[in-house]
Amino acid sequence: MTQNNFLTKALNDTVMTRRSFLKWSAAIGGTAALAGGVDYGLKAIEGAAAAGEEQTLTVGCYHNCGGRCILATKVKDGTLLRIVPDPTPVEEETPESPRAIPCLRGRAQIRRVYAPDRLKYPLKRVGKRGEGKFERISWEEALDTIASEMKRIKDTYGNEAFYFNYAWGVTWNGPDGSSIIQRMLSMFGGYVGYYGTYSEAAYGVAMPYITGGYVGNSADDIVNSKLVLLLGDNSLVTRAGGDNGGYWYMKAAEQGTKFIVVDPIMTETVAATQAEWIPINPGTDVALIAAMAYVMVKENLYDKEFMATHTAGFDENTLPEGAPRNSSYMAYIMGKGYDKVEKTPEWAAVITGIPAERIANLAREIASIKPCAIIQCWGPQRRAYGEQFVRAVPILAAMTGNFGIPGGNTGQLPGGGYCPMGGIPVPPNPVQVSIPCFMWPDFVTRGTDMTVEKDYIRGASTGWSATAGDTTTAQENKNLRLKSNMKFMWNHGGNCIINQHADVNYTRKVLEDDSKLEMIVTVEVGMTPSTMYSDIILPGTTGFEVDNIITGEGHGIKGNHAWAMYNHKVIEPMFEAKDDVWIAEQLADRLGFGEDFRDGHLTRDDWMKDMVAGAQSSLPDFPSLEEFKEKGIYKTKGGKPFVGFEAFRADPVANPLGTATGKIEIYSPVLANLKNEEIPPIPTYIPEWEGVSDPLREKYPLMMMTTHWVARSHSTFENVDILREAHPQCIWINTLDAEARGVKNGDMVKVYNDRGVVHIPAYVTNRIRPGTTNIPQGAHYTPNADGVDTRGCGNTLTNYRPTPMAKGFTAHTNLVQVEKL
Amino acid sequence: MAKQLAFYVDINKCSGCKACQIACKDRSNLPVGVRWRKVFQYEGGEWVDQNGQMIPSSVYTYSVSSACMHCKKPICMDVCPTSAISKRNDGIVLINADMCIGCRYCSWACPYGAPQFNEELNVMTKCDMCQDLVDKGERPACVESCPYRAMDFGPLDEIREKYGTFADPAPLPDPAITEPAVVYKPNKITKSSRSGDGRLMNLEEL
Ligand code: SF4
Ligand code: SF4
Ligand code: SF4
Repeated sequence: MTQNNFLTKALNDTVMTRRSFLKWSAAIGGTAALAGGVDYGLKAIEGAAAAGEEQTLTVGCYHNCGGRCILATKVKDGTLLRIVPDPTPVEEETPESPRAIPCLRGRAQIRRVYAPDRLKYPLKRVGKRGEGKFERISWEEALDTIASEMKRIKDTYGNEAFYFNYAWGVTWNGPDGSSIIQRMLSMFGGYVGYYGTYSEAAYGVAMPYITGGYVGNSADDIVNSKLVLLLGDNSLVTRAGGDNGGYWYMKAAEQGTKFIVVDPIMTETVAATQAEWIPINPGTDVALIAAMAYVMVKENLYDKEFMATHTAGFDENTLPEGAPRNSSYMAYIMGKGYDKVEKTPEWAAVITGIPAERIANLAREIASIKPCAIIQCWGPQRRAYGEQFVRAVPILAAMTGNFGIPGGNTGQLPGGGYCPMGGIPVPPNPVQVSIPCFMWPDFVTRGTDMTVEKDYIRGASTGWSATAGDTTTAQENKNLRLKSNMKFMWNHGGNCIINQHADVNYTRKVLEDDSKLEMIVTVEVGMTPSTMYSDIILPGTTGFEVDNIITGEGHGIKGNHAWAMYNHKVIEPMFEAKDDVWIAEQLADRLGFGEDFRDGHLTRDDWMKDMVAGAQSSLPDFPSLEEFKEKGIYKTKGGKPFVGFEAFRADPVANPLGTATGKIEIYSPVLANLKNEEIPPIPTYIPEWEGVSDPLREKYPLMMMTTHWVARSHSTFENVDILREAHPQCIWINTLDAEARGVKNGDMVKVYNDRGVVHIPAYVTNRIRPGTTNIPQGAHYTPNADGVDTRGCGNTLTNYRPTPMAKGFTAHTNLVQVEKL
Repeated sequence: MAKQLAFYVDINKCSGCKACQIACKDRSNLPVGVRWRKVFQYEGGEWVDQNGQMIPSSVYTYSVSSACMHCKKPICMDVCPTSAISKRNDGIVLINADMCIGCRYCSWACPYGAPQFNEELNVMTKCDMCQDLVDKGERPACVESCPYRAMDFGPLDEIREKYGTFADPAPLPDPAITEPAVVYKPNKITKSSRSGDGRLMNLEEL
């Protein structure tokens, strides 16, 4: 196998011939004006490895999946041949430290590198924004233009007009990635940062208000559980490969742990763990939890002592000082709370669609089988009132006595070990304002009107920070304001400008007026709907074209062990692609602070040496950069599984939680102070807008979710042909709903609401609740001449209406109608 | 004669992710439309009204990863008019591209749909059990790729000794037709090809 057929084929392709690109151009009405040669792949043949010699080198699977598996790559004559799994010998695999066998996405990475839509050269927009007309320019011109625009915008509007957009296409690697660009922007005088994420905004912001932090048992602890209750967790898809959550769930299932999954969809996780499926109406988990708590109280099945000593506000006796009478969770569930409604299983059955008897039995099961891991994932919090779900689940973990014990969990996602590496130092951001990442269109349209009280803008942030989710501090600084609307956006390997943000048709309108947001710079490897809306596009490198250092994510999804990987440059950068360090340096030079920016780092290796030194400071056996490069992988020794809040359980006085009361704060005095009905002090079932009981269902009867899809990591891999083939984009619809509409499996349907229209094949299945549909997120928005999305981008239909507290994306709360086409 | 080689798939451990299919395509540079390894999604059950509430009744799903079974009675070989299909000593069934005239008889005859026509090359192609890797003592790409270790590979008699003889999870056909060199481990809901009451779900197979 000396010749890669796919590459040969790619040699004949140009960006101009990419089908979806042409469709897009036709839709907007312009002629594609992308300049491009026909030398696709020539660079690759020059080669990094010696001619004729086949090498196997490690490359990290980095993008925003969380998994970051180890890809070993066969390369010869500078051409990628194929991917093979983690080269750790099978004999060295231990139960604590399994080989990280990548999932299908990792296996398809070569086609991402050699994709026909790879960006070859810097491009500048020549038509209207979003029209799709671009012209090839030189790097010189691209960098000069960006630098002069940056200076102009700074002079005119100040640094508060600059925004670094939420983007994770290049994640958890260094020295490339967000930090190097943020370093440059900080030194330039700063930029408005963001806080929170599109993934787990409500989780990150609300969890501190019940458990004080983000701590679950590590994923490998699940083999110690007798029973596992998953709420909206499909780890077999989200972290499908490697030694991540999916692997550990399967391990537990194999050895006989029973799984029960509450999810509107019979997911891959339900099927493969041979779980019992409890199909629930979307957005009603908090009602289910309240009813289960009710049963446990009525039948005296809960850990009274633990609740008395470790929690605040569970009942009237533990209410924090100053809380009104009958404001405890107990009062709420027993019918003495604000609504005077008993949260009986019968009450919950109507809301959740789960028979009352099943609810009662589920409560009895989780209360009696020990240890039981009660785990929440992030899907149910990407909903209208996501914060309520986040804060409700730990109550079950506490009541059932599983909080802080091996085989139990804290009602959170698995958490635990990771491999600490040094990073690129980002100087403190001189701009002292940040916004919730999801709210960036408001920063464009009415930034100077955004307030602390209404929009939850906050102090400085340099990026993702879960516990920065502090609504109280923000409240103290009430006068914080932005001095400018957004005028400049840096979009670093991200697709949240159009595709991954809510309500595509609204976002388009915001962006098409380029007198508002004046300049969008995007660094990308391939064409996406977001690059289409950019003004300058810089072609970036994939992981195969640069040396980098990759670490696993710090959520312990790999169990209580971790690794770091040397990401080898296995081929030369394709065409004119450049790495992030070079891009940032070049701009720093043009902006007049190149020397400070480099700070003695003259090569990539110099930055990587710092990262290694960072690791060595806490891991004495971490090798030198040279040795690390040679070995490829460093694995920490798999220790005992990590148990979240074990010390707190043992002694809550000596080891308090980070909440106001130091206890599991079921009643939060801080939230009570907000006096916001949508952010109550106890986790409360709030019927959703566009939810199961919204009268709008008369017009749009079907609820629609936009879950993760196994063939993509968000929208990354969307351009990989064989992944599209393996898992065709479709809308999941229940057999009964399909029959009522004359729709058969595979039929094309029209999905619509007031926000947009999507044409997409129907997947007619019994694996989803009647009344519920699902369009897997991440497909690239591809409008036809009528503005109908023809590929199936769920965000054509989603709502730009954030969660109350975190201002997070409510991606799964939508109502639609479906018709046969 | 070398021992007949065979695949094994544990349906209990298969999530239907298709990493095996993608690894196969990566190894053999297969274009879209040519799937040497397929993963069938099978589903059954229904939703019923119980006192005004809709509940699932025996709703189930499972996945069946399947490629060429390198059968003991390869019907593909029998029907090929140019004798382009042969069986190695170790049972691997191969198509000789130089002799293939693209008549597609084998793909019509094979009950597993294993032979896949490559429009670009204008020849029939199919799983060659990664013979180059196997000859080097390695395991096939698909077997190596499964994140959940659902697959195994080896001489058929050893595979049978380890895992039993079940070879016909629905929607696969009756093994009597070609005597496939394969073993599946059923999960508690797997139906056999003779009692399957569900349906094949894959959009790409419709
Ligand atoms: S890789 Fe494994 S789990 Fe995935 S479809 Fe293939 S056999 Fe099933
Ligand atoms: S599975 Fe089909 S193609 Fe393969 S050997 Fe059997 S009959 Fe021939
Ligand atoms: S043995 Fe090789 S050729 Fe056959 S399905 Fe597996 S990977 Fe593909």
